[in-house]
Amino acid sequence: MTAFLRRQAVPLLVLPALAAAPFLGFGDSFALTLLARAMILGMAAVSLSLLVGGAGLVSLGHAAMMGIGAYTVAALDAAGVTEGLVVLPTAVLAAALFALATGAVSLRTSGVHFIMITLAFGQMAFFTASSISTLGGDDGYTLFGRTELFGTRLLENRLGFHFLCLGLLALVWILCSALLESRFGRVLRAARENPQRVRAIGFSPYPYRLVAYVLAGAVAGLAGALLANATEFVSPAALSWSRSGELLFMVILGGMSHLYGAILGALAIVLLEEWLSHLLEYWRLAFGPLLVLSVLFLRDGLAGLPAAVLSRLPVGRATRRGGPERSGADA
Amino acid sequence: MREPLLELQGLHKSFGALTVTEDVSLTVMPGEIHAVIGPNGAGKTTLIHQIGGTLRPDRGRVLFAGRDVTALPMERRARLGLARSFQITSIVPGFSALENVALAVQARSGSSFRFFRPARGEAALNGQALEALATVGLEGRAGVPAGAMSHGEKRQLELAIALATKPRLLLLDEPLAGAGPEETGRLIGILRSLRERFGILLVEHDMGAVFALADRISVLVYGRVIVTGTAGEVREHPEVRRAYLGEDELA
Repeated sequence: MTAFLRRQAVPLLVLPALAAAPFLGFGDSFALTLLARAMILGMAAVSLSLLVGGAGLVSLGHAAMMGIGAYTVAALDAAGVTEGLVVLPTAVLAAALFALATGAVSLRTSGVHFIMITLAFGQMAFFTASSISTLGGDDGYTLFGRTELFGTRLLENRLGFHFLCLGLLALVWILCSALLESRFGRVLRAARENPQRVRAIGFSPYPYRLVAYVLAGAVAGLAGALLANATEFVSPAALSWSRSGELLFMVILGGMSHLYGAILGALAIVLLEEWLSHLLEYWRLAFGPLLVLSVLFLRDGLAGLPAAVLSRLPVGRATRRGGPERSGADA
Repeated sequence: MREPLLELQGLHKSFGALTVTEDVSLTVMPGEIHAVIGPNGAGKTTLIHQIGGTLRPDRGRVLFAGRDVTALPMERRARLGLARSFQITSIVPGFSALENVALAVQARSGSSFRFFRPARGEAALNGQALEALATVGLEGRAGVPAGAMSHGEKRQLELAIALATKPRLLLLDEPLAGAGPEETGRLIGILRSLRERFGILLVEHDMGAVFALADRISVLVYGRVIVTGTAGEVREHPEVRRAYLGEDELA
């Protein structure tokens, strides 16, 4: 139990902090909108981390799954269907089916080819969304209203929406963590490290990877449906490859060796973006170097920050000196 | 006569103009250690790849327990009971020794599409995994990350992984390569203790080990089997002495 607490200390601090945030001065609608966005992107990033960190599948098309979830909400909204018990499962199912169809093809490749083919499928979804004129085409589509739950307008309440996002984020994190430790996850992790060995004992990695890809797509679809509700607006930008890149960056910045790293990465990027944009007009100029520095010096991402700080406090100086100089010379 | 466990019938494989396997036919009986030896570049590893399923032969058939497996991929052959070790040790470095072996037990113990229960806590998997580790003398190293083990230990671990799949035939590609004298002795002891339970096809450079272990030896030169026989027959064969052993004194 203590080992569990130590291993999961970060999420066990972060999730309650998110629950307490509305009551600690972050309860205004601006702060809640920002936190909801961070949690939703965090959810999608956790599902991407399952693929990248867990299965070793670097997808550059994950925003497509999210976008399909969001566009499902928009399409049903246009058709007058707003009941959450219909909308949310449909969004999840649509994203999962897209993941199944594209994953079945993409997973026949590996490495750089896998990155390129997921990017290609993502772009296909992007251009498809741009051309749906009934949903606004390039301009996007504004929802008539947020999705209802049991016929009530529960999600209109910002606090209610905050806790729905938080609850689902926690659920996604717990389920994905359990998945990685299960028999299924063990095959997945082994196939990431050594696919030849996994084959030699009788497993074909393909079906395991495909199921993981579909599950991650389903989670991203759920996140997309929530994002559509958060902004009450859907546009092709939700499926763009730069969004996929952003999700990937959240995973890498947060640290791939733990799923909760993706939550940290999403929080860091969303909040940093907001803070810097208030501070500086040309905030992206500062954002870029910050990201570069974090990748250079935080090998295990934000999730590895506590350990990295602890190891450097007493004697780490001497070893630290060699590091930056060498990486500078290599560059 | 009993049915052979493994039978190769006229295997051919070439890469472009280079023929690496030429009309190779051999059998491995249950309980037999059949060694394949040959100078560097004789095509031993290519042959192993065709038996294991990582390479498709151009012509010829691979029969396993009477069944034609020539068209089956490696994982299907593994599920039929064909376990292999690799010339370059192939383990999952980030897993503990126990988890490496438990994964192999898992491969033949029900479905692996189970998503919630922690696999690490499955007593049935761990119990059989510990047994396999004990067989190769690694029971005290179960918790060690496989990537942190010594070279010899990794070879033992790979053997334990193969055993944990409950195979009928072990396909061992130079299991002694790179092992020190002490480790070699231990590995030879382990292989000897296994001979009753499996058929073993052994590709090995260590002549001492081959002559100590093998019931039959096939000598491969330029992709062809020039002779198959007992250690004594092979030792006396003039073509072997000339083509393969050269001036090498035999132990």
